[in-house]
Parts: sequence; C-alpha cells; structure tokens
Amino acid sequence: MKLFTSAALLAAVLALAACSNPRGGMTDGTGPDNGIATTALGDPSDPTSIAHFNQRVGDRVHFVVDSSDLTGEAQSILRAQAAWLERNSQYQVLIEGHADERGTREYNVALGARRADAVQRFLVNQGVQSGRIRTVSYGKERPVEACPEQRCWDQNRRSVTVVSR
Amino acid sequence: MTRIARRPFLGLMAGAFAAPSQLLAQSGPLRIEVTEGVIEPVPYAIPDFLAEGSGAGDYGARITRVIAANLSGTGLMREIPASAHVARISSFESPVQFADWRAINAQALITGAVQVSGQNLNVRFRLFDVSSGQQMGDGLQLDGRTDLWRRMAHRVSDQVYSRLTGESGYFDSRVVFIAESGSRENRRKQVAVMDQDGENVEFLTDGSALSFAPRFSPSGERVLFTSYETGFPRIYLMDLASRRRQVIGDQPGTMTFAPRFAPDGNSVIYSLSVGGTTDLYMLELDSGRRYQLTQTGAIDTAPSYSPNGNRVVFESDRQGTSQLYVMPAGGGSAERISHGQGRYSTPVWSPRGDLIAFTKSHAGRFHIGVMRTDGSNERLLTASFLDEGPTWAPNGRVIMFTREAAGGDPVLMSVDITGRNLRRIPTPGPASDPSWSPLMS
Repeated sequence: MKLFTSAALLAAVLALAACSNPRGGMTDGTGPDNGIATTALGDPSDPTSIAHFNQRVGDRVHFVVDSSDLTGEAQSILRAQAAWLERNSQYQVLIEGHADERGTREYNVALGARRADAVQRFLVNQGVQSGRIRTVSYGKERPVEACPEQRCWDQNRRSVTVVSR
Repeated sequence: MTRIARRPFLGLMAGAFAAPSQLLAQSGPLRIEVTEGVIEPVPYAIPDFLAEGSGAGDYGARITRVIAANLSGTGLMREIPASAHVARISSFESPVQFADWRAINAQALITGAVQVSGQNLNVRFRLFDVSSGQQMGDGLQLDGRTDLWRRMAHRVSDQVYSRLTGESGYFDSRVVFIAESGSRENRRKQVAVMDQDGENVEFLTDGSALSFAPRFSPSGERVLFTSYETGFPRIYLMDLASRRRQVIGDQPGTMTFAPRFAPDGNSVIYSLSVGGTTDLYMLELDSGRRYQLTQTGAIDTAPSYSPNGNRVVFESDRQGTSQLYVMPAGGGSAERISHGQGRYSTPVWSPRGDLIAFTKSHAGRFHIGVMRTDGSNERLLTASFLDEGPTWAPNGRVIMFTREAAGGDPVLMSVDITGRNLRRIPTPGPASDPSWSPLMS
C-alpha cells in the first residue's frame, strides 16, 4: 500500500513537472499515506481535478518568520481553495504545515502545526466542513527548496493543502 | 583554559630540595582539572598491552588503540607515540623503571596485558604517576567475552579518566541518533545507535517512515523517538534488546512529539499539538494515565527533567519568542530563566544537575550554550550556521550536538563544557539528533 502510494505520488510529480508551476513538484513528499486514499491528479483543464486545484487555485500559502498569520495574499488563495472545496465536495483535505530550516526541530514541528491550524480555521470559517480536514506538521523536515538562502527559506515556510478522494 | 594541577611539580621539587615536610604535604598527585580548560594536555604513554599466551592475538594492540583514542580525544591528554618510547614493558608484573618514562616526559603511564582462553578475554591494567613513581589506584582486571573487547577498552578508559580527573567516565556509553540519507527534499531518516566513539552502528528503524529526536531511557535499555509511520508524528517506545516497539501517548486528531523519560524511567514527558497550540503532557507508562502539564495556548516543547525529577525545563514562546522556562514536574507556575538576546530552545538538564545546555539563535547564527539552572552564567560554547540539540555525556562534562554547515550535510559534534575540544564524531553518513546513554558499566 505504501509502496503503491509513493509510486503514484512520484508518477504524479513527474507528470506535473512539465507543467507551468514554477516550483515543479506538487506534493511535499509525505512518504507514507495519511489514511487518505490517493487518486489520479487529472488534467488541470478539468476544473474538478486535483491538478486544477494545485495549479490554478493554488495549493499553498507562505508565512513570515516564526508567524502563523495569514497574509492578504494567503487569505485570497485560501478563499479560492474554500470555494473550490465547496464545489468539489468529493475531496478530503490534508493541510501540511511546514517551517524553514532556521529553527530547532521540535519548535518547527509545533510551528508547522500552528500554521496548519491557522489555515484549517480559515477554511472552516469560509464554510468548508471541519470533518473533511485533517492537519499535519512536518516542521523543517520536508523543504521544497533546500538552499541556505533567504529565497529558499521563504518558500519553505508554507502550508500545503493536499486534496484527495 | 584547563589547568594541570600538579602542585608543586613533585619530581623537580624533590630533586632540587631536601623536601621539608610542608612541601611534601602540599604536593599532590597527578590530577587533571576538566572544568578549567587545558593549557597543555598531559603527556602520557600507553605501550601496547602485552599479549600473554598464544590465544591473545592482536587484542592487546587493538584495546590499547581504543583506550588511547578515548583519552587523547578528550583533549586533556596527549599520547607520546610508541616510536618515542625508550623502554619496553616486557612483563606486566615487573617493576616499572620510571626513569625511562621520565626521560620522554611522560606524566602518566598505562600498562596492561591481555589473555584469551576460549571465548573469554582477560584484560589487566595499571596506571602510574610517572613523576612520583606512584601507582594511581589499584591494578584492575576485567573479564568478558572476546566480542566485548571494545567495551572492555572503554571501561579501562573510564577508569583511567576517572583516576586522573576525579570525575566519572563516559566512554562505556552509547549514542542514539538519526542516520540521514537521500535528497534534502525527501530525506530518509532512520533511528540508529552506536558506541560513543562512532563504532558498532546499528539501525533501529528501516527508514520507510521519517523519524527524529530519539532519546535513551535512564537505564539505557529503551529508546523513545518520534516517527511519521502513520503519516502523523507519533511517539514510539522501543525496547533495544527485542527491538519491539509501541506507540505511546497517541490521541487521535493530535500530533505528539519531543518525548523524554523521567529520571526513574516510569513516565514520559512530551508535547501534544492540537488546535494550533502545543502543550506539555506527562504519561505514566504502567497505568497509561496522562496528565496535562501546561495550558497557555502557546508552543511549549522540548521538555527535560532535572536529575532528581522534581523540575522540568522546557522552551515556550508564551512571551513572544522562544525562551527557556523551569516549572515543577507536576506542572504549575513556570519561571523564565533565559534573558539574553535571541531565541532559546532545546534545553537539557545536565545529569549532574548543575547546568542546562541549550540551543540559542541570534543574529543569524546558532550556538550551543550552557547556563546555571537559574539562568545565570550563560556561556556560549559553539557558533555556526546551524548548531542544535545538545545532549550530555553521562558525566556532565561533554556535550554532543548536531551541526549543519550552510548547504552541507548535518554531522555530530562534541565539545567540552569549557568550550574546548570541538570534535566531529564519526558516523557512516549524515547524522543528526544525538542522545547520549547513561554509563553502561
């Protein structure tokens, strides 16, 4: 099951790498599944597809250092996520909270949890059923960009909304 | 600054004067002060332990090398290589000709011999103060299976260290850590255990799930760690002998991490995140009863007990940035003890009870530091792009931690509480999150 899921995720990443997303990979390499089945991402031109959600709606928002406050830009992405989730109620949601590498391991797990919770609260306030949403924190363990520079740390302080059936 | 406390230099004084009794009363044995920083490491000689009988093979030489690596690795002592020796030890029982060892300026001399019969290895050793020509402590012998030869070498090292410094040793100990491999973005992180000198590495998890921050139990028989095996961070308790493990403290819909044993080994303190806040909890392992210790709506994590189990030091951002707090072990009002500039985290109480080690970040740099348990006398021991996660040697004199250079892989380092003798601990690959065991002896 795990092997199958990882392979499916990897295939999805490879398929999407050719798309327009500037950061390439669309998942954050979560390894084992989270008790949520994995499905094909579909074509971004299909507005009900996961690929559409990831690329057109935007699956992630970014945070400033040590903060879980949602910026204006983050709020507008999350409003669009909430609207899409309302239209596509067949999907379950996992919100991953992440931190940059400029902190200690335990604190970053807690900080990622706080970020994921801030996103969950926002989505629920926008009308998404709380029962559809789970949260997880990866702390600093899963950077999207591994470089010892500000531009990478900015990308890594994020939450990613992972939808699946 | 370490001081070699030999007051006065007995050999010289005794030779130069007719040694009035007051002078003799003042003169002390060879003694290394580990807390004051070494000006000059103490030169010592350790001729290869004699192989007695046909079965001893090269055990004598191998044991000798392990002991020398331990002692020289402290930075407190410097080995005089065998090539500079002018005398040989031809029999373990023959009187030592101290003049031969004074001639090469050895201050300490370690002699030994080994015998093997069947699966049994016998190791004997003696330690001498060369200047005074006195034996330091009784000769000792150790017996064990031949495959325990490294542990026997570590025990001899602990005896020598202890006799020279007056401190307990730390060489016969192990370290659990995270062995890392693969890309940064999808890192494979396995729990592993090794001897304190990096030998005898064994993997405790297979790496299929991300794991971090393993911690030894006070008895050295069990290990706690956090793993994403279910997709969410959960605390696992593993018995080292059987490798059996179980999830503890699990509460659906929450994340649990940062576990550490109480000094009696009967309970575990840890962090639980739910609803965006992270609080400290305590779980009694036998009863399974759980107690919430903090409730501030902030991040409270990285707890560590005082050695008597009465108090807990932890980090919290309840006042804005991460700082260190001490509270009673049962919870209650917490007192902030960190007051310098920057953010403080991962506090760990020394096994001696006198100091708290921590990670500090300030002005883009990370440090390992120590402070008294009331927060006074803060001293930073290291500085780098990323230093974090200190763990104490069982004697409270050496600290191991994770260091990551900018763009580099993490490695394990150790440093004395004086800030001296910064060393890299050899690991098979990138490594992080060390946790030192108690002394196995």
